[in-house]
Amino acid sequence: MIIDELAGIAHDPRKSVDEHIARTGKKAIGCFPVYSPEELVYAAGMLPVGMWGGQTDISKATQYLQSFCCSIMKANLENGLNGVYDALSMAIIPTFCDTLKCMGEVWKTAVPKPECFTFVFPQNRKLEAGVDFMRSELERLRARLEGISGAKIGDGDIERAIAVYDEYRAAARDFVKTSPSYPLTVNARVRHNVLKAAFFMDKAEYAAKLRAATAELKALPPEDGGSRGVVLTGLLAEPDGFLDLFADSRLHVAADDLVQESKQFRVDAPKEGASPLDRLARRLSDMDGCSLLYDSARTRGQKILGMVKDTGAAGVVVCMMKFCDPEEFDYPIYKKELEKAGVPLLYLEIEQKMDSAEQLRTRIQTFAEMLGA
Amino acid sequence: MEQKTESSKAVLGRLLERHYQEALDEKAKGGLVAWATSISPQELLETMDIKVVYPENHAAAIGARKQAESFIEHSEGNGYSVDICSYARVNLGYMEIQESAAGNIPLPDLIFCCSNICNTVIKWYENIANELGIPMILFDMPFNHTYDVSDESTTYIRRQLEEAIKTLEALKGKKFDYDRLKEVMKISTETARSWKAATMLATAKPSPLNGFDLFNYMAMIVCMRGKQEGLDLFNLWKGELEEKARLGLGPWKDAEEQYRVMWDGIACWPYLSDTYKVLKKYGINMVTSTYPDSWTVIYDAGDLDSMARAYSSNYVNRNLDFGVDNIAKIVEDFSLDGIVYHSNRSCKFMDFRQFEVQRRVEARTGVPSVIFDGDQTDPRAFSLAQYEMRIQTLMEMMRERKEGGQ
Repeated sequence: MIIDELAGIAHDPRKSVDEHIARTGKKAIGCFPVYSPEELVYAAGMLPVGMWGGQTDISKATQYLQSFCCSIMKANLENGLNGVYDALSMAIIPTFCDTLKCMGEVWKTAVPKPECFTFVFPQNRKLEAGVDFMRSELERLRARLEGISGAKIGDGDIERAIAVYDEYRAAARDFVKTSPSYPLTVNARVRHNVLKAAFFMDKAEYAAKLRAATAELKALPPEDGGSRGVVLTGLLAEPDGFLDLFADSRLHVAADDLVQESKQFRVDAPKEGASPLDRLARRLSDMDGCSLLYDSARTRGQKILGMVKDTGAAGVVVCMMKFCDPEEFDYPIYKKELEKAGVPLLYLEIEQKMDSAEQLRTRIQTFAEMLGA
Repeated sequence: MEQKTESSKAVLGRLLERHYQEALDEKAKGGLVAWATSISPQELLETMDIKVVYPENHAAAIGARKQAESFIEHSEGNGYSVDICSYARVNLGYMEIQESAAGNIPLPDLIFCCSNICNTVIKWYENIANELGIPMILFDMPFNHTYDVSDESTTYIRRQLEEAIKTLEALKGKKFDYDRLKEVMKISTETARSWKAATMLATAKPSPLNGFDLFNYMAMIVCMRGKQEGLDLFNLWKGELEEKARLGLGPWKDAEEQYRVMWDGIACWPYLSDTYKVLKKYGINMVTSTYPDSWTVIYDAGDLDSMARAYSSNYVNRNLDFGVDNIAKIVEDFSLDGIVYHSNRSCKFMDFRQFEVQRRVEARTGVPSVIFDGDQTDPRAFSLAQYEMRIQTLMEMMRERKEGGQ
């Protein structure tokens, strides 16, 4: 099935990126978590590549980072120090949290290639002043990308890139809406890897594949394996060994509130705008319910409750990335809201490289049993 | 007559008490109280006569009184991770317990948050605003990955200041008085200059100041920067230090200053006297830290652009190159023999560049240094034995270097 092909790409991102570069002659630009203005990279005729850590053994990175740094950043730095990202022409490092601010600075010192571009996302993203600042950052990135490609990025190029990305986002939304009907075929691991493949492919190609994959699914009769659906929330849900515990306990993902997954494609660019960069800047204004974006209204809990209601999920699983301050600050607030609404909640601490995923088996099993799986 | 002989330390105690009492009184009579981050544009609140208290100050005081643990445990019981900033855990616990032997503060009606110290305060203050259902004003100060503050950042911040003024006008139901703002800005700048000048007197050898006193006066520069009393206090303190320096007096009556170090990072409040005594035992005087510059917020009175730039220039909002230059300059200005780096579990921003700062500063200045593990208020994250071992190591290195004639 096509979903297997996509999941395979997530398992070997290097191969996908290298092949793309060889096939198209395009340059590739790394994009650190959690959001990067990928549309602009795409408009520059380059391949945006997600840099979301990995199952890396940490050794050299300890010269720069203490043990209590999040595992994604430790893995990225280790990979950078080991030359794993040599094929990339640049890495965009945004400043969403204190750790990311340090990463940009450390990268400049420690990793000669790829060079880093620090992108400052405004937190007061709903104020016009914030939108203007975001636009000025986009202009700065545009100029740097033009320097790398040697070609101007026209407004038309950006409009086309936004259209490609909105199509990708629509395709991804359709996939996550469809997948809960096929809990056996699209188990938690497969679902995650299908969505993750987007970070290593041309988004137009990815969207076409994903649409075909979703159509393939829809042609199948819905599956009923007695599995119960849960909503996952957190930064990301990895590694595979962890996700396998869900299928083993007859749980599947009814919807996700993960930064690495649905939060990437929940919001489209607004249809209208003074310029394409304005549309990109205003997309940021519209993205709510994320721990990395200032949101004094704290809409996250209500959003999760909405997902539970819409999908009929039996409970919520918190995939807490160890040492992620923003996520750790959000938890007590939405926990209270979910408890008040009587939604069963399971809190799990995870790291990207987990030798101990098995230790979570009993907790997930017990939770599944409680939900009647 | 009595007032003239009052020491700056006595004034400090009195002013601090009054500062908290005034906020409590204001709350009691139904007025507006703000909670603000430690290096925020307090000028706007002062201009609007809004009483303000600083949770970081309060959390530090709770820590210094060895009271932090019960608040921290309360927050952790509510789901806060042991890995997040302990000031936040203390404060979010206090918000519910509302009773502390270190003094009480009224709950806020307004949140006033400035991200020039970290992104963590955005999350922390967002939670307060959310829990209490009160408005929040955020001054988002883009991280300066370039050496200086860019024009785009300055404009963005200035426009946020203007936006905040509108919000305050609506909250208080009165017009913002720009003449008064200019006056407050003038006092704030003078206070900042006086604070900086006082702390710079520690460049004398021996230093008339021990840096643990600096930590005490810091509470005042946080909450008194925009007030005439604050200016008077720092002028008084400066005078005292000048006099001590003139007489060639060092930091202690009963011991000589043998080595001079700086402390990088926040104090370990629950172990303030322990950390101090270990240094003193070896004749080590902590003459300064990165703090004096943190409140040296200097701008042109009345000019919001200049104010925006000044607030964004805080060293923890600056890039690594600036961080290194900053400490290297301190090493030179204060004739330091060594540096003590506090790897503070609460402060990821300071931690995750600390190793590189240490390497570069050492390469540039040749001054030895050590890093110890601790925390600003969580007493569980510090080991006195480890600290003392590191200090001994530092002393050995400093001694060898001195004997080597450097």
